[in-house]
Amino acid sequence: MAKVVVVTSGKGGVGKTTSTAALGAALAQNGERVVVVDFDVGLRNLDLIMGAERRVVFDMINVIQGDAKLTQALIRDKRLENLMLLPASQTRDKDALTSEGVAKVIAELREKFDWVLCDSPAGIERGASLAMHHADIAIVVTNPEVSSVRDSDRIIGMLDSKTERAERGERIEKHLLLTRYDPVRAERGDMLKVEDVLDILSIPLLGIIPESQEVLRASNVGSPVTLNAPISAPARAYLDAVRRLRGETVDMTVPSDKVGLVARLFGRRAA
Amino acid sequence: MSPRMQVRVRGRSFMAFVIAPEPPLQIWLSHLDAQMLRSPGFFETRPVVIDLAAVGPDDHGTATLLTELEQRGMSVIDVENARDLPGADPWRRRLVGGRETGPVEPTIEQAQVTPVSAPPPLPEDCSLLLDEPVRSGQSVLFLKGDVTVVGAVSSGAEILAGGSIHIYGALRGRAIAGALGNPHARIFCQRFEAELVSIDGYYRTADDIDPSLHGRAVEIRLVDEAISISVFG
Repeated sequence: MAKVVVVTSGKGGVGKTTSTAALGAALAQNGERVVVVDFDVGLRNLDLIMGAERRVVFDMINVIQGDAKLTQALIRDKRLENLMLLPASQTRDKDALTSEGVAKVIAELREKFDWVLCDSPAGIERGASLAMHHADIAIVVTNPEVSSVRDSDRIIGMLDSKTERAERGERIEKHLLLTRYDPVRAERGDMLKVEDVLDILSIPLLGIIPESQEVLRASNVGSPVTLNAPISAPARAYLDAVRRLRGETVDMTVPSDKVGLVARLFGRRAA
Repeated sequence: MSPRMQVRVRGRSFMAFVIAPEPPLQIWLSHLDAQMLRSPGFFETRPVVIDLAAVGPDDHGTATLLTELEQRGMSVIDVENARDLPGADPWRRRLVGGRETGPVEPTIEQAQVTPVSAPPPLPEDCSLLLDEPVRSGQSVLFLKGDVTVVGAVSSGAEILAGGSIHIYGALRGRAIAGALGNPHARIFCQRFEAELVSIDGYYRTADDIDPSLHGRAVEIRLVDEAISISVFG
């Protein structure tokens, strides 16, 4: 049974697209059939992060409007044959996304893949609400700072009221992915601590991705960090997050690039 | 230094009647007169909004229409769709936020104001219990009584209650108790980090609150027309 996951945050620039690519690749590295879907119509980026920007022919809007078949728009990853990308249109705006069209595309993707990862645009408007509408699971990407946390809180409220599952009276599974975390600065009080964020958002923690140059380096070469530098700290954090997403119990740690200095945050499993 | 005076502002809603005159206006007025004769006092205690959508500047009697209506004892509070009709300007108020409630039928027997046909009263809860945290951007409005939240009220969220507010968790947003005018309403919370608290129209923002109360369990009540916050338990 396919799982539709929305990667969302409310605030822009917190790492939604990077995380979608890294998690999608990590799931595929585990043998799952994965598609990553860019919902950021007009401001697409996922194709760049995945290194597929020079192979985009058709996009989701073409599929919705019937100009192309879904199979024509899907782009297979060069490194992993079980990882696909459905790009957004760069020349259109979010009004071109119709809710019937999105429903049809998602239903078709559910049949072809084990995981459908939807990269939500920032904001709380149409694009974001369509990206979350069909999700079974939400990954809320948050930076450890107050504005990001408050925007995430707003998004969680929308997930609990505006999604298809919420409208049916069911629950949507929600996970927190804390990105750009710097244990040293958090300890100094320059950023929110993990406990503070969890206390405010009160949803289970999926992973803590440390701030790292590797993430930027991976973006620049158009490769998800889990593929580009699989033993780097952020890659290990994403791989741990994916194991948790698949139901494994993994101790919550913040991987570090300094060998032998694995900062153990909690002895217990978080929230 | 004298204590800061807060001017109280309270809300109260009245239902306004909306009538839409149609040309020819003389005939429309005579129908109105006949109707008012059957139900005297129907318009007497109600604010009236005149919808001029159907009336053009060339229709006979446009300039004096609103005066005619006032002479019949109507309390005209606004005109809608007036465009640049002659004589409409003195009544223009640009009221906003109206909500349609459907047609109101005057009855011939009843001389007094006819209330809007209300559904038979159901036994209603006079308290609201929320089992989920109230998230940023969410607004909970419950004017019939108390609101209890089992969970936190986030920064940027608000609770408006006719009665008291009880929060079993952190209050980080706004809590407005006694919203319809109840000085006896109170606010309780397990962890006080509020942006604003208000009882019966009196309010305090985070800036005006003693920082030593931050994070404590508190009870908030109105004492001598001032918000009083004390550590609870």
